[in-house]
Amino acid sequence: MNDHTNELERQLRRGPGGDPAEAARRLVAAAERAGLLDVAYARVDSPLGELTVAATERGLVRIAYPERDPDAVLEELARRVSPRVLEAPARLDDVRRQLDEYFSGRRRSFELRIDWSLAQGFAAKVLRATARIPAGEVRTYRAIAEAAGSPRAVRAAGNALGSNRIPIVVPCHRVVRTGGALGGYTGGIERKRFLLRLEGWEGARADG
Amino acid sequence: MSGNVCGRDRRSHGERPRGVGVGDVSLPPFQAILDAYHEDVYRFLRAVAGPDADDCFQETFLAALRAYPRLRHGDNLRGWLLTIAHRKALDAHRARRRRPVPVEDVPEGAADAPAEPGASGLWTRVRALPPKQRAAVAHRFVADLSYREIAELLGCSEEAARRSVHEGLKKLRAEVTA
Repeated sequence: MNDHTNELERQLRRGPGGDPAEAARRLVAAAERAGLLDVAYARVDSPLGELTVAATERGLVRIAYPERDPDAVLEELARRVSPRVLEAPARLDDVRRQLDEYFSGRRRSFELRIDWSLAQGFAAKVLRATARIPAGEVRTYRAIAEAAGSPRAVRAAGNALGSNRIPIVVPCHRVVRTGGALGGYTGGIERKRFLLRLEGWEGARADG
Repeated sequence: MSGNVCGRDRRSHGERPRGVGVGDVSLPPFQAILDAYHEDVYRFLRAVAGPDADDCFQETFLAALRAYPRLRHGDNLRGWLLTIAHRKALDAHRARRRRPVPVEDVPEGAADAPAEPGASGLWTRVRALPPKQRAAVAHRFVADLSYREIAELLGCSEEAARRSVHEGLKKLRAEVTA
């Protein structure tokens, strides 16, 4: 009797089998079909390290460098965009392809829809102005403040660029100091120099 | 130093501290609860819904996703998911009984591969238990929940939860030894 009891409970505890990981993968596709996937994210390898990229149905909403705590990146998306956040690389195929082309020198500018949800007010104006700077060129912080409609808000423009949630594609690396010094950058000045060199900006060679 | 910051100043200007946000309800990204609980939910559903487990799993998480942004808090999300799963399993059970031609269930083989030889018969017996006992046994042994947690999920007293588990086990034992 006792043996039977233990054997029965052991079998019950062992569980009924099946493949939960596969079921979870199928859910992501089903969620996309049902219109319940508000924020899709994926990890993308790049010469600057593994990026976390995220998109809503409206467009690209986030690119994060590897130094950012990935959990914090997703938590911010959950809090500020929607908690329906799932790892769904399929929606980011186009972003991934364009990033690959960009880093291998086969692409100069991105053709991606942008979701500006994470930028508000003046910062959004600054970032939209920044998005129009062509590859191979730079602007000063002063010029960007002016393009955003507030020529004297140079410091605020700098802060807005510091809050850029879509680096690389929204090219805050193309904003430099008056006089040509590079200024700061998310994830370090080396990345800024790398991106400007990749884009063929002459000043990047002279600097540093 | 004005304007030489691109990214550097993110702490003061970019991210809010965790938990302080627009909605202030601070629900984890859904992927985090999928990662944390998909095995529990799946195992529970395999135990109580057998061949319907995969469909129930999809329906459970789609229903959860649909309701998720409106949740008031992020406490006991596992219990929340298991409650939905329990409901979906009952729906599937009812749907199966309503089917016009009661086709005998496909023997648990290819489509419902058992974890190891001999065990699948046991799960067929578990699913033949009355709904409450079936859920209680699955919660107790598959999900390893306490009687208090089971009581909460099934909406009954702790004593009733304990009784359901014991009644279920007694029947299973009788059938196994028979």
